[in-house]
Amino acid sequence: MKRFAQLLEQLAFSPQRTGKTRHLVQYFAAVPDPARGYALAALTGDLALRKVTPSMLRALVAERVDAELFALSYDFVGDLAETIALIWPGGGGADPPLPEVVEELAATAKTALPGVIAARLDTLGPSERYAYLKLATGGLRVGVSGRMARLAVADFGTLPLTEIEELWHGLTPPYTSLFTWAEGGAKPVNAAKAPFRPVMLSTPTDAKALAALDPADFSAEWKWDGIRVQAVCDGGVKRLYSRTGEDISAAFPDVLDALSHDAVLDGELLVRRGDAVAPFNDLQKRLGRKTVSARLLASHPAALRVYDVLIDGPDDLRALPHHARRARLEALPLDPARIDLSPLLRFDTWDDIAALRAEPGDPVIEGVMIKHRQSPYLAGRIKGHWFKWKRDPMLIDAVLMYAQRGHGKRSGYYSDFTFGVWDGEALVPVGKAYFGFTDAELKELDRFVRTHTTERFGPVRAVAPEKVVEVAFEGLAESSRHKSGLAMRFPRINRIRDDKPAAEADTLETVRAMIPR
Amino acid sequence: MAILENTYAGLFCPAGGFHIDPLRPVDRALITHGHADHARAGHGAVMATAQTLDIMAIRYGEAFAGMRQVATPTRIGDVDVSFHPAGHVLGSAQIHISGRAGSVTISGDYSRTANPACAPFQPVPADIFVTEATFGLPVFRHPDPLDEIGKLLASVAAQPERAHLVGAYALGKAQRVIMLLRDAGWDAPIYIHGALQRLCDYHIAQGIPLGDLRPATIDRSTKAQFAGQIILGPPSAFAATWAQRFPDPVICFASGWMQVRARARQRGVELPLVISDHVDWPDLTRTITELDPAETWVTHGREDAVIRWCDLQQRAARPLRLVGYDDEAEA
Repeated sequence: MKRFAQLLEQLAFSPQRTGKTRHLVQYFAAVPDPARGYALAALTGDLALRKVTPSMLRALVAERVDAELFALSYDFVGDLAETIALIWPGGGGADPPLPEVVEELAATAKTALPGVIAARLDTLGPSERYAYLKLATGGLRVGVSGRMARLAVADFGTLPLTEIEELWHGLTPPYTSLFTWAEGGAKPVNAAKAPFRPVMLSTPTDAKALAALDPADFSAEWKWDGIRVQAVCDGGVKRLYSRTGEDISAAFPDVLDALSHDAVLDGELLVRRGDAVAPFNDLQKRLGRKTVSARLLASHPAALRVYDVLIDGPDDLRALPHHARRARLEALPLDPARIDLSPLLRFDTWDDIAALRAEPGDPVIEGVMIKHRQSPYLAGRIKGHWFKWKRDPMLIDAVLMYAQRGHGKRSGYYSDFTFGVWDGEALVPVGKAYFGFTDAELKELDRFVRTHTTERFGPVRAVAPEKVVEVAFEGLAESSRHKSGLAMRFPRINRIRDDKPAAEADTLETVRAMIPR
Repeated sequence: MAILENTYAGLFCPAGGFHIDPLRPVDRALITHGHADHARAGHGAVMATAQTLDIMAIRYGEAFAGMRQVATPTRIGDVDVSFHPAGHVLGSAQIHISGRAGSVTISGDYSRTANPACAPFQPVPADIFVTEATFGLPVFRHPDPLDEIGKLLASVAAQPERAHLVGAYALGKAQRVIMLLRDAGWDAPIYIHGALQRLCDYHIAQGIPLGDLRPATIDRSTKAQFAGQIILGPPSAFAATWAQRFPDPVICFASGWMQVRARARQRGVELPLVISDHVDWPDLTRTITELDPAETWVTHGREDAVIRWCDLQQRAARPLRLVGYDDEAEA
C-alpha cells in the first residue's frame, strides 16, 4: 500500500507524460503480481469498486471529528478524500498488501463497508489513507489515461502497444498473464468476444509530397470531422471502440443496434440527421457518457460512415490489398439509416484532388484521405500507405492577454498563452495555446511577458495588449462555457505578427462569422 | 488597564508603552523574530535578541531603527519583560510580560520540532497565551522532516540528469533544508541563489555548519553541470529567468503548505516537501493544554479552528484578527 500511495503522489505531481510513464515503469519493475495488476486496473478504471459514496465517507468522519472542525478543514483543503486522509485521528504505519485491500473492498457487502473502511483508516498513515480512499471511490485523478497506463506496460516489457490494445478487452485485473508476457513469458491468448484490433493510421501530406506519387496507385475519400471508431460485431457481442481501444459502446446504443452482420468495421463516428452530417460539436454532446437519454438519442442521432473492413464473418481481411477490402466492404449488408459507405472521390490527377480539397462542399469535411490501393491493413502509423491532406487551418490575428509559466523543460518560461480579439473597445479571450511556436519565438514571447506585465494572479500574468499573434485552429463552435461564446479546436500560435498593431487584430464579429453553419 | 491591547498598529502593552511585532512604524517595538511580516524597519527603538537585531540589519541595513537594544530580562515602564526561545528560526523568541494587570506570553511564531539553528521552545506559563495559528487546522500534522529529505534524495538518485530546484525562504527554511540534507548524508556542494547568501553566511558565523555552499550563478552555457545537483532559491526566483538556466529542473518546495495537494499544484511544484518551522495542529493544541492559560488569544492564521477547539475544551479564547501578517509567507 505504501508503494502504491507513493506512485499516486509521483503521478499526481509529474507535469509531463514522460515523467508519469517513467514512474509507472519503475513501479511495474519493483512491485510483484498481483499488486501491480491491481494498480494498473485502478489507473485504467477497470477496478469496479464503485460502492463507496462520498456521503458514506462523510458519515464515517463525522463519528470521529467535530463537524465544524471538519467543515473548516474541508473548506481549506478542497478535496473530500484528502481532507479525510489528513484529519482522520491517529496515524498507524501499516502497510497492508494492495491485493488484500482491493479484494476486501470488492468482497464486502455495502452495509459492512463503513466498518471495514474505518478499521483500515485507523491503521494507515495519511498518504496511504488518501490512496485507499481514492481507490475505494474510483477516480484517482492523477492525470493518467488508460492509454498512458497501457503505454507504460508496453515500455516496461518492450512490447508493441498495438498488441496490448488488441488484447486488453480480453484481460481482467490483476492482469497476471499480461505481466508474465511483459517479463518474457508467453503472450496471453485472446479469449474475449469482439476484441479491439489496432487501427491503421495515416501520415500528413501536401501537394509537394504527392507530386512524387502516381495518382493511379491511390484512391481518395473525404476526411470527415467526427471521431475514428472501430465497430465490432462478434457472435451477438457488439462493441464500439475509439481508435486507442477505449470501449465507448455505452454512449452509442443506436450505433450498436445497427450492427447485425459479424464484422469488424473501420469508420468515422458522426452525428447525422438524414443526409446532413452535423458539426463535431454535436457529436461532442454524445461523447464520454455512461448512459444516454432517449431525448439525446433523438436530437443527436449517431451514425457510422465506414471506409474499411478488417474482418468479415470468419475471414480476416487485413492482409488483402485496400481495393479488395473495399470490394468486400461494398458487398456487406449495412443498415443505411445508421451506417453508410464513405464514397470514393473521382480524380485523375493530384490537381483534381487539390481542387476537391479546396471546395469540399460540406463544412464537416476537414480534408481528403488518400490511400494506396495495394496497402494491407497495418497496425499503427506506417509511412507510405495512408495519407491525410487536411484543409488549411483557420487563422485569426489575436492579441496576447495572459501568460502562465510552463513545466519541466519550460520551467521558468511563460509558455501557456491566452489570447483575445476585440469586442468593441475591449478584448475578450477566445482561446489558449501552448505550442506552435519555435524555441526562438518562445524566448521572444517570454521576454515580452516579463517586460509587459500589468497584473499578477499567482502563476498567471496579465500583459499589456500590444502583442499580436497569428493563431491557427482546426475548428470553431459555439460554446456557452466561454465568455466569448466560442470554443476553438487545437489552437496554436502560428507566428508572431510584430508587423501588426494590436488595434488591427481581428474582432469577435469576424471570428464568429467563421463558425461553420 | 489590560496587560495587552489589540490596536491598529498591532499588539500594544499600555503599562510598558511598547508594541510587539508592530505592523506599522511605532516609537518602541519588541520583536519576536526576523521574518519580514514581524520585523519591519522604521521603528523608533527596537528590542530583540542579538541575532534578530543582526538579521534585521542584514535585511534592512544598519539604520533599520532609531535605537536598538539587546533583549535581557528588564523592566519597561510598569511591566517586567523577558525573552524566551521559540524554536522557530535563528534568534526567534517568545516575549513574556508581567505587571499589575497580570501576565502574558506572546509566542511569535514557534515550533516544537528540534531545529539545530535555534534553542528549543520553552513553555512559559502566563494568564494569557497569544498563539500563532499558521497551521491551525486538524489536517496539519507535519511528518518527520528527515523523511521528507529522504524523498528529495531518492528523487535525485532516480533522475540524475535533472537538476533539483528547492524553493525555501531565505531566513530559516533554507538553512534548515541544508542542515537536514547534511544530516541525511548529502556531502556534495549545495548551490544557492544569491538572495540566500548573506543569511547563510550569518548562520555559519553563528556557529551553524552548512557545509560546502556555492553560488548558483554560473552562465547558461554550462547548464549541464547542474544535472544531479541540488539548488536552493527563494520561491520568488522560480518565476524569474533564473530558473531557465537549469536542465529540465524538478521544482521542489519546502513548506508546511505542501501538505495540501492543491497548494502544491497551484505553485507548479513537482516534488512537495512538507518541512515547516511552525507548530502543527497536535503541537499547537498540546502547547495550549500544557500552558493551561486562563485565556488563549489566537492570531494570524486559521483562528476559527483553534477557537473552535478551545470551545470544545471549554477554554476561554478569542481571535485577534490582526491585519497585515502575511500568514502564507515564510511558512
